[in-house]
Amino acid sequence: MEFLQSIDWGLMLRCFLVGGLICIIGQILLDKTKLTSARILVIFVTVGAFLGGLGIYQYIIDFAGCGATVPLFGFGANLAKGAIEAVQTQGLLGAFIGGVKAASGGIAAAIFFGYIASLLAKPRIKKQ
Amino acid sequence: MKKLGNQTLKLDHPPTILDTASIVGPKESDGPLAQYFDKCLEDEFWGEKTWEKAETKLFRETVNTLLAKSGLSAKDIDYSFAGDLLNQCISSNFGMRDSNIPFFGLFGACSTFVESLCIGSVFMDSLACNNVLCATSSHFCSAEKQFRFPLELGNQRTPTSQWTVTGSGAVILSKKGLGPYITHITPGVITDLGIKDANNMGAAMAPAALSTLLAHFEDTGRTPDYYDAIITGDLGHLGKSILIDLGKSKGIDLSENYDDCGVLMFDKNKQDTHSGGSGCACIATVFSGYLYKLLKQGHMSKLLLIATGALMNSTTSQQGESIPGIAHAVSIEMEKE
Repeated sequence: MEFLQSIDWGLMLRCFLVGGLICIIGQILLDKTKLTSARILVIFVTVGAFLGGLGIYQYIIDFAGCGATVPLFGFGANLAKGAIEAVQTQGLLGAFIGGVKAASGGIAAAIFFGYIASLLAKPRIKKQ
Repeated sequence: MKKLGNQTLKLDHPPTILDTASIVGPKESDGPLAQYFDKCLEDEFWGEKTWEKAETKLFRETVNTLLAKSGLSAKDIDYSFAGDLLNQCISSNFGMRDSNIPFFGLFGACSTFVESLCIGSVFMDSLACNNVLCATSSHFCSAEKQFRFPLELGNQRTPTSQWTVTGSGAVILSKKGLGPYITHITPGVITDLGIKDANNMGAAMAPAALSTLLAHFEDTGRTPDYYDAIITGDLGHLGKSILIDLGKSKGIDLSENYDDCGVLMFDKNKQDTHSGGSGCACIATVFSGYLYKLLKQGHMSKLLLIATGALMNSTTSQQGESIPGIAHAVSIEMEKE
């Protein structure tokens, strides 16, 4: 019960809405433009890094939590944030180190779980 | 044989299409034509480890099925003409490697099936051969991997995209037999109107189909209503309507007797293929399984078969090149002049 009481339902709703909205943008780009998914990925990460670098994305994270950090925008913002912080402590070299360091958890997890999935699952024909 | 006009050859000794065979994959097996194919697979791997191996097996088994059906042995086949969509045409190469039949590998993208019929008929017209084999194959998974995205990526397909048919179709052209005969061939020219979207093949290939149709009618003096059916290979729903419109603008009425194998292969409402079927195997299986039976059973006697191909590869797409299209046509008739 204590667990249920501790849940911030308002945050959860905001998380769902913002995360969903980001996915809708991606879906519209897929359906209405000739952009490939790989290009949309790069655009999202770049936009996220740009917004993160300007400090704007932090407001969205404060508002929506994981709804903003989990999608690709959040990954880009995280890269920018890490790079800026590292520059402040390590100087210019930090621009090269900080971004990847900050994103290292996500990158390593993606490789690890991707590998596990490739061992367990076999790609099949699509249903549609 | 005799050249008519710019592009068409009229055969003096039209070969008979002695027999056909077709094997299709799981999605095609759920489609409206399933009952006409020789074998319908439930598993796209067909017991193999990779899609390329599965496609090779499809090819090989279709040829074996055809030989068994026709009562001929590999020794009776003088030459074979075959191709597919994979790099260096490996499905046909590997599918034919144990056959001991002299082999020509062809690449005309999805036009390969009719390309093989064209060249096979000319060989037959020499009267030096008794039987030649023409075959093609394609596989949805291996084609997606090579031309679009690896399936592991789980990508969504765009609305105009078509579904590469998993399957293989093969025919034997023979000196003996009482038809259907291949009477004319009209090889096409490469046509490129600047379409760049590899997910919109129908629009890229429709102008090529029009070009070959116009050439065929001009060379032979025939009109569209001469034929009981005019069938294109894999323009799909979108390409089919584009070709009908293009035809109208050139004064050819295709609204009555024209259809497309990519449209015939799948049920538009029940099977979500977006714009219909495509691939080397689309026209090969629909002709071998369905249209050939219609000819043999007397439901039609004059068929103009046109296979369209998109002659690009993934590198040219990435480099921003447009998609050159090609279309080859053959007249298949129950009676020869």
